[in-house]
Amino acid sequence: MARPIPGRSPRGRAAEAAARSTRGWAGWLFVLPALAFYVVFVLRPIALTAQYSLYEWDGIGPSTWVGLANYGRVFTDPELFDSLVNAVKLIVFFSAIPVVLGLAIAATIRRIAASRLALVARTVIFLPQVIPLVAAGIAWSWLLSSTGVVNQFLTLLGLGRVTRAWLGDFATALPAVGMIGAWVLLGLCTLLLLAGMSKIDVALYEAARLDGAGAWREFVSITVPSLRQEIAVCVTVTVIAALASFDIIYISTQGGPGNATMVPGLQIYYLAFSERQIGMASALAMVLMLLVIACALPIQWFTKDGNR
Amino acid sequence: MARRVRPSRSGAALVIAMGLLAAACGAPGSNSPQPEASTASSLSAAPACGTAPITLNAYFETGFPVAKALTTEFTKQHPNVTWNIREDQFAVITQNAPRVLADNPPDLMRLPQVSELVKDNLLKNMDGYAKAFGWDKWPASQLEQLRMGPGGRPRGEGSLYAMGINFSMTGVFYNKKLAEKIGLSSPPATLAGLDDALAKAKDAGITPIVQFNGGATGGLAFPLQNLMASYGPAGPINDWIFQKPGATIDTPSNLQAAQHLERWIKAGYFQKDVNAVDYATMMSRFIDGQGLFMFDGDWESGNLDKQMPGEAGFFLMPPAQAGGKRAAMSAPLTFGVSARAKNADCAAFFLDWVATDRQAREIGVDIGGSHPMGPADGHMPEIAADKVTASTLAAGADIAKDNGSMDFIANATGAIYAKSWTPQLQKMVAGQQTPQELLKQVQADYTRQVEGN
Repeated sequence: MARPIPGRSPRGRAAEAAARSTRGWAGWLFVLPALAFYVVFVLRPIALTAQYSLYEWDGIGPSTWVGLANYGRVFTDPELFDSLVNAVKLIVFFSAIPVVLGLAIAATIRRIAASRLALVARTVIFLPQVIPLVAAGIAWSWLLSSTGVVNQFLTLLGLGRVTRAWLGDFATALPAVGMIGAWVLLGLCTLLLLAGMSKIDVALYEAARLDGAGAWREFVSITVPSLRQEIAVCVTVTVIAALASFDIIYISTQGGPGNATMVPGLQIYYLAFSERQIGMASALAMVLMLLVIACALPIQWFTKDGNR
Repeated sequence: MARRVRPSRSGAALVIAMGLLAAACGAPGSNSPQPEASTASSLSAAPACGTAPITLNAYFETGFPVAKALTTEFTKQHPNVTWNIREDQFAVITQNAPRVLADNPPDLMRLPQVSELVKDNLLKNMDGYAKAFGWDKWPASQLEQLRMGPGGRPRGEGSLYAMGINFSMTGVFYNKKLAEKIGLSSPPATLAGLDDALAKAKDAGITPIVQFNGGATGGLAFPLQNLMASYGPAGPINDWIFQKPGATIDTPSNLQAAQHLERWIKAGYFQKDVNAVDYATMMSRFIDGQGLFMFDGDWESGNLDKQMPGEAGFFLMPPAQAGGKRAAMSAPLTFGVSARAKNADCAAFFLDWVATDRQAREIGVDIGGSHPMGPADGHMPEIAADKVTASTLAAGADIAKDNGSMDFIANATGAIYAKSWTPQLQKMVAGQQTPQELLKQVQADYTRQVEGN
């Protein structure tokens, strides 16, 4: 961007300002189509949601102004608050497992990069990303059913006593749903990290080896620090996927049994379309949006620091 | 340092301001539909579809072929009428109903729970049609569930806002082969008899009851309501469903019913994974012969006659005391006309035709599997006695005699099923909820939802 240079004549400065403003308007003109879409399909819905969240409204009839009462209920109604807690618990499965496991797998694949096995492994691990989440949900609810493959396998191993309907059991439903998410997101993380690893200068590894570093030392001292940005992207994407999860849970458990897998995305849907409490649904949606931002922003700052 | 393009602060502010401007300024719902000026206007002559070409807009439920079959037959008899039919899953219809009725009004629509739609003035008041066609002379219980007071509360009395295409009947289906194995030759006459059969099945290694209770659909509400009707009268349960003032589900006889259900759960009469079983899985298990009993409705009669011919039986839930009155969940397959429909008269004529035309009534039984609406002496097609459809139709007559027809406890409010009965029943299966607390909790949710409306 042009900067005013000290010592220039006032006339020149004025001309420059005029030129800058024309340029500015032309720039806005180019942005306009995209901006219009952004305003109509992103900002307007957010503004409307914020407005609705201050009313009690069934979506059709007259509405009543209730101020911040809906927000009060989000934090005091145990059912609504528990759904937020469940979303936070899901971060472990949607985020921690894919990133940690993804790092390990990517490092392993990198070591065997030349072999055909690496190609096969990459394809197999990325495959879940290509499958629609709804299909993944259906497939996994079969695998995890009481007569499904998972239980057949456990019985084969002589673990018949631990078999159960994984998605129908209060203790295991949330972890089971979390595992489906981990399975889906592992491929994305692995691929991202693998791409990041290919950018690391090979000389660094050679130098480390000359200094007598083993595979673990290389991984900790070179690979992981160099991947800081990729890891941040993985964590951001997966944390958002955990907090805003809907499809996998809607397909596999619908929030059951007994609200054990209820998450804010599903709760918003039920509030809006089955209980017809548009105001409450909007308030929960606003809280969810702020929660997502509150989780994603620190991760962004963390990468920026690494950039310096 | 890399050049950074940084949008100016004023630009960002402008964008946000535009977004806020684009949002509606007034309070939401300020242009909501108003009530009809003259409700229940009397009609000079019975409405009809005339002779000029006319196209009816209809919105039906996927998977229930009876409605479409009726429209086809109707067009055969009245060639000037053509149909523009849209179909969706019932869950989708439930979510869309208010907006569709308001923005894109169909002439005829399959309806979910109606009280909230009436409250928002979305449905046509049918009193005028009822008078003109003589629907008010039919057995009153058929239309009771579709009558509503002003503002949609209470249900069960007041003006007529919807009609049925037929009315369903629920009870207990049983597998005849497995029944023979445990020496059950005739349907149990008392609740104790049913308990006995359940215990015998369990001892013989047969799953006593296949039921669904997974996801957002707590199918244990079926046996629970049947047990409620065994222990107590149907009237107070209906009052609760109809949102009559002061009605409660937390009564001593309902507590006995919930405790009885808990005993069944603890005795292992349901499959171990019942909390993960959805409706389709239950059906395939029952058809596959994996269980003796199943609590369900006659909308499956035709299906069972086809899938396991001669092997399925049906009986009404037996009363607690021998000779006691019987009751069953029985509800019309509800259809309504949008308050803004263009061809309301023709749609009403169609609904009357469905209940009175000979061919239409046969389609209602053959394809729908349920009893047609209409006058008590209306035409009934012959059904072979060994078909389960014959048993379900006969059960309908018994219920009419005992005046034991109830709506489903899941229909009390729009959200009571998914948000209250289902999670509470799932908790009871897992041993995390007691019968006392279950009823208390459901009543609390009910009060909150009804008052919120």
